[in-house]
Amino acid sequence: MALETDTMTKDPILKVEHLSMRFGGLMAINDLSFEAYRGDITALIGPNGAGKTTVFNCITGFYKPTMGMITLRQKAGKEYLLERMSDYEVNRDAKVARTFQNIRLFSGLTVLENLLVAQHNKLMLASGYTILGLLGFPTYKAAVGESIERAKYWLDKANLTDRADDPAGDLPYGAQRRLEIARAMCTGPEFLCLDEPAAGLNPRESLALNELLRSIRKDTDTSILLIEHDMSVVMEISDHVVVLEYGQKISDGNPDFVKHDPKVIAAYLGVEDVEVEEVIEEIQEIAPGETH
Amino acid sequence: MANISQTNEAVGTNLMARALREAFYAGLIALGLFVLFVGLKTDQNILNELILVQRWGLLAIFVAIAVVGRFLTVAYIRPWFEERKAAKAAAPVVEREASFVARNFSLLAVLALIIYPPVMVGLFGFQGSLKWVDNFGIQILIYVMLAWGLNIVVGLAGLLDLGYVAFYAVGAYSYALLSSYFGLSFWLLLPMAGVLAALWGTILGFPVLRLKGDYLAIVTLAFGEIIRLVLINWTEVTKGTFGISGIAKASVFGIWSFDISAANNFAKAFGLPMSSAYYKIFLFYLALALCMLAAFVTIRLRRMPIGRAWEALREDEIACRSLGINTVTTKLTAFATGAMFGGIAGSFFAVRQGFVSPESFVFLESAIILAIVVLGGMGSLVGIAVAATVMIGGTELLREMNFLKQIFGPDFTPELYRMLIFGLAMIVVMVWKPRGFVGSREPTAFLRERKSVSGSFTKEGHG
Repeated sequence: MALETDTMTKDPILKVEHLSMRFGGLMAINDLSFEAYRGDITALIGPNGAGKTTVFNCITGFYKPTMGMITLRQKAGKEYLLERMSDYEVNRDAKVARTFQNIRLFSGLTVLENLLVAQHNKLMLASGYTILGLLGFPTYKAAVGESIERAKYWLDKANLTDRADDPAGDLPYGAQRRLEIARAMCTGPEFLCLDEPAAGLNPRESLALNELLRSIRKDTDTSILLIEHDMSVVMEISDHVVVLEYGQKISDGNPDFVKHDPKVIAAYLGVEDVEVEEVIEEIQEIAPGETH
Repeated sequence: MANISQTNEAVGTNLMARALREAFYAGLIALGLFVLFVGLKTDQNILNELILVQRWGLLAIFVAIAVVGRFLTVAYIRPWFEERKAAKAAAPVVEREASFVARNFSLLAVLALIIYPPVMVGLFGFQGSLKWVDNFGIQILIYVMLAWGLNIVVGLAGLLDLGYVAFYAVGAYSYALLSSYFGLSFWLLLPMAGVLAALWGTILGFPVLRLKGDYLAIVTLAFGEIIRLVLINWTEVTKGTFGISGIAKASVFGIWSFDISAANNFAKAFGLPMSSAYYKIFLFYLALALCMLAAFVTIRLRRMPIGRAWEALREDEIACRSLGINTVTTKLTAFATGAMFGGIAGSFFAVRQGFVSPESFVFLESAIILAIVVLGGMGSLVGIAVAATVMIGGTELLREMNFLKQIFGPDFTPELYRMLIFGLAMIVVMVWKPRGFVGSREPTAFLRERKSVSGSFTKEGHG
């Protein structure tokens, strides 16, 4: 299959192995293993309730998985076992940033302040854990200038420069999505997890989002993992797709491969398990050879 | 023209008729409501028999208030409001340049406070100024400092703390105990009280880190009570409910003392006539300086990463964690910083009173400080200072209203109605300005222009 040749040449940034997450009697994720490659946009798709957001929460430290191992390898070669780290350490040390399905901005802070909060740890260090900053040391002032420059860069990328001094809660929905991504990028991540970034966007906003994601891939070293329902977005921008159903991986490969995978079609069209065989047959009848 | 005036007249008579009718109904309802509550009172006579006392005069007053109130509301107040609303809607929106006073409010307020003691001395003489400098000036400044401290916890970090008075108590007792037992000086103990209170703030912070909202409020309330009960019951050290008296006075950096017997007495050194007013004026300026320091630190902290993290924590804790902010240390620093201000205010309180007892640190104090923060507008230093002045100064002013005795009789003590008026004022302010006096938030950084953030976007925090 196409994937296996890729694995040889590509360098995995994130390795999820035998991940399981149980909530009481519910097995939300069951023995899931997949990899995301450096420099790629990896998409995690699946029907509602397939466990996509749970996988995200496990990767970013918000849930502690019941079983399994999540390894993140930074560019410099350092490895982190994310399942052992708490949520803020995943961002601070392992450099994994995330956004949320229901946008979580600091709505009472201005757009610029949102981006400055994201650079908290860097500024904290520069301000000598507040003490030097309180005394007015110049190192802190320089660091603030630098942070504002970085914020400006991402404001420009997200096309929000005109709204920099407005409260984040005042922005339209699409702009809030872009701001959340810009904020995550301000933490300087190596790996960015986006939870349904295109949900609720109109076609024009969706286009602006795709552009932002492409420019992140092109201009930074950040690899992206995204959950998405909108297949057009997934097929257009992702390099690698992982499909989940009932907490298990049912397909893994490039978009073209996944699109024609009978199991995926079955999951999305909602056929009974016993009918999957029939669907495979049907597809092979219509377009022989295309499943490979 | 004639037509219009006629219709106006018709509307006018209609309104009057309606007002009279509604006033009549209001009177009837009031009569029905109060006839048994107010009109009749059960009492015991000298033979221990239950008798009915009839109070028709009082009942008449109650009913009259309802009637007149309803009449005025319907006939005058409501039309006036509507007219004003219509006028406002009709008037074009003009960006009015803020007046000189509005632009330089903080600076003018500080200047006014600096010249306040000399003005009072000039008006009332040294002895007469005592009341104005001490009861009004110093007391309000102490509450301003306390409220600014609580503002960090509640207003910035969004952690509802109902036991703030505990840190005030820790500060006051730190000074009282360490100065009485070890004879340490005020200038050493002032920062020490702050540090000790901050330590207790951190100790309180640990168990409540996982709690949110109502649960957090209840635990902090309990913490406040624990501190008070320890102070009452640990009699060997704290002397229990008797309190600690004869606490040493502060000195001017150890150079001049305010003890009458001391050789370096302030009045003697300058050859002035003896008066306790010097000490009070000195304390006033000291309180003012401490307040300025608290304001300076708070303003600076808001522009530091930690201050932004506090506000971000108020807005969304989960988002904070996703950005690599350690919310545990962020919360603890908020508790510690707020507690430190409380502790410094407490030690100042002890030195001003010369006496501390657990009675000064009841839950009501926490509630008043919290009320000042909420009324002032959470997060706004100016708003909180204004709220403290209005609330504490206003209730203090009640003591001055002796003319009320002429109206309500010699038994009437206006200060007993303190809480009633406090509560009414709170309701009025909250209806009129739900986000407090200053509802908007000043951003801590800007690219082009500083636009204040409307209160409708900021969150109150969920603990």
